Amino acid sequence: MPVFEYAPAPESRAIANLKDHYKPFINGEFVDGSGEPLKTINPATEEVLAEVGTASKSDVDTAVKAARKAFSSWSRLPGTERAKYLFRIARLIQERSRELAVLESLDNGKPIKESRDSDIPTAAAHFFYHAGWADKLDYAGYGPNPKPLGVAGQIIPWNFPLLMLAWKIAPALATGNTVVLKPAETTPLTALVFAEICQQAELPPGVVNILPGAGDIGASIVDHGDIDKIAFTGSTEVGKAIQRQVAGTPKKLTLELGGKAANIVFEDAPLDQAIEGIVNGIFFNQGHVCCAGSRLLVQESIAEEVLEKLRYRVSTLRVGDPLDKNTDVGAINSAEQLAKIQGLVESGDAEGAQRWTSPCPVPDRGFFFAPTVFANVHQSMRIAREEIFGPVLSVLTFRTPDEAVTKANNTPYGLSAGIWTEKGSRILWMANQLRAGVVWANTFNRFDPTAPFGGYQESGFGREGGRTGLEAYLNV
Amino acid sequence: MTATTSTSAAPATPAPLADATRDDASLRRFLLGLPGVDQVGVEQRAAGLGTRSIKKDAKRWAIDTAISMVDLTTLEGADTRGKVRALAAKAVRPDPERQDTPRVAAVCVYPDMVATAVEALKGSGVHVASVATGFPAGRTSREIKLADTKIAVDAGAHEVDMVIDRGAFLEGRYMDVFEEIQAIKAACGEAHLKVILETGELATYDNVRRASWLALLAGGDFIKTSTGKVSPAATLPVTHIMLQAVHDWHAQTGELRGVKPAGGIRTTKDAIKYLVAVHEVAGEQWLVPDLFRFGASSLLNDLLLQRRTQVDGHYSGPDYVTVD
Repeated sequence: MPVFEYAPAPESRAIANLKDHYKPFINGEFVDGSGEPLKTINPATEEVLAEVGTASKSDVDTAVKAARKAFSSWSRLPGTERAKYLFRIARLIQERSRELAVLESLDNGKPIKESRDSDIPTAAAHFFYHAGWADKLDYAGYGPNPKPLGVAGQIIPWNFPLLMLAWKIAPALATGNTVVLKPAETTPLTALVFAEICQQAELPPGVVNILPGAGDIGASIVDHGDIDKIAFTGSTEVGKAIQRQVAGTPKKLTLELGGKAANIVFEDAPLDQAIEGIVNGIFFNQGHVCCAGSRLLVQESIAEEVLEKLRYRVSTLRVGDPLDKNTDVGAINSAEQLAKIQGLVESGDAEGAQRWTSPCPVPDRGFFFAPTVFANVHQSMRIAREEIFGPVLSVLTFRTPDEAVTKANNTPYGLSAGIWTEKGSRILWMANQLRAGVVWANTFNRFDPTAPFGGYQESGFGREGGRTGLEAYLNV
Repeated sequence: MTATTSTSAAPATPAPLADATRDDASLRRFLLGLPGVDQVGVEQRAAGLGTRSIKKDAKRWAIDTAISMVDLTTLEGADTRGKVRALAAKAVRPDPERQDTPRVAAVCVYPDMVATAVEALKGSGVHVASVATGFPAGRTSREIKLADTKIAVDAGAHEVDMVIDRGAFLEGRYMDVFEEIQAIKAACGEAHLKVILETGELATYDNVRRASWLALLAGGDFIKTSTGKVSPAATLPVTHIMLQAVHDWHAQTGELRGVKPAGGIRTTKDAIKYLVAVHEVAGEQWLVPDLFRFGASSLLNDLLLQRRTQVDGHYSGPDYVTVD
């Protein structure tokens, strides 16, 4: 029997222009932070990639002062002028897209095909889109001449480092705010290349400040008295802590937190494409996606057929070197996250769910986890309730549309949901019933800067993207 | 009206699916009950597979495999015996200076050229395929379609590429299409039957799926996308749906059936995308000439040029491959 063995097709690591040392970016300059330097590693090999200088509490203060000073002139620039900078940044992201994609895959572990075809182009798209808004804010629906908030403190996660940065910085700058942003501890590199792009674009000093560091630096930003707005994307646990910290202060807050999305497949669905949507929903970015379709709700009448097709399809996913252009599932971002996934998977076994793991080869070194599907999962199990944030799917069944809605909504989260059916009326009915900020129909994990994104309940509040997303950075 | 042909010689529908073809209503219910195809989804998946990066040994293997799967085709009004003999010579020795180049799978000609092709290819192992049944439109009576098939088979064709009655299909007369395929299959005798769906005229992906199952139920050994005379001809999403059909057919019946995209595949790069789809959608076991073919005329020369590039380490020019 012939075997079509794909030869390794690695993207060149040299394209990343990796440096030994990176520094915080404050007031338009790269400065030595006074925090303890951190080492960022490649999760696919566990090798150190670079040493990154971190900020201390006093650096946070310096950055906020710089942002405050920059705010007075930046916010008064005509929208057309601010737009020019944003367009310039967008084009520079495109020009340096290969470098950014390779660097992102090295630092994060995500497959190059995703950083190349999804993360970086979408990040550029966010700057292009918001550049278009900068001189049209009068027409955004908030009355004439809406005012920016001031200095925004932004804290972003490690799952989509540059893309989350774009979601935060683009609307803030378009509306006339200045920012102090902290990238995640394990993935600071593309944010610091973005800082270079700000220099290239000749963005006025202080408009964007980037402070690598751990959670304590995030807390200092949240705590700082001269910050007007906090935008956080990350875990629900930290989000709650931030909300407590901010309570009673004049700071505005938006939170984009965890999720446990239901991907609901009806018996009349376009089955083969539903399988693709299920796979994309949970194995995209190793399942490190807050809106991942981590709970598959499948109508009982087709459950066996769907599971069979799903297992065949999942077994074709290629797990391995993130820089290989044929890799579908890359490395788990950190040892800590891998341990968390393993813990939850063990709970699934212990609670009686039926585990199936893809027979695909998995590298010996680095943090990898083979795609896993749990059948016979029930609402009472931890793997149906808790966010796993990894390549692990829990499959539950339902009998009627009402039961699907009840089960889908039976979660403290409410970020996203998917509906698969050829019946248009049911899509509309379901979308109205589902308590989720984003509802996809016959597709999943599609992102566009024009579409607002955000959640309900413990998935947070506030929206990012679209006209609605501007509100988070305007005094309205 | 056309004469009804006894279907007793046709193969029985495999047991798990026998009910589907019991009568007109059953067949209709079965075909209309197949899961729908979401256009956006299938096109996204096909495009995704198209981004696979096939290099080095994998590329060399893919090129040789693709060459061995080519149905080298000439279907012109101007075809002559000389042209067919030249094509046959090319089929046996695609690259005369590289004797290790695989032969193609078959030479595909009109029925009146079958005898010439058979003689030219005698003992070579290269099959002779013939289009039949009033190719390409199929707008003729069943007697003529059967006679056309018989002429090709009697002249020694190993494979028959028939066209389905798209008019009947679009009218919803599925049983008529089914019976016609069965009748042609019976007339083929030992020859393998490829059923051309002409997907460009069926227009929707749902129709492609229904026609694929219809042809499989009726006993087609291969399902083939197009005649090459209608645009669009083969596309990756359409081929994707047909590969899913043969995969699912195998899962339900245990039988292996083939797929042949035809028309519009001109470059090695395209051919490799199709092989990736065969590999990842149907499965590894379909990567053989018995189960996958390319219907093409100009593809072979690009495969040969790319093969030389892989072997020699540099490009050569179109003057180094033969024009037949």
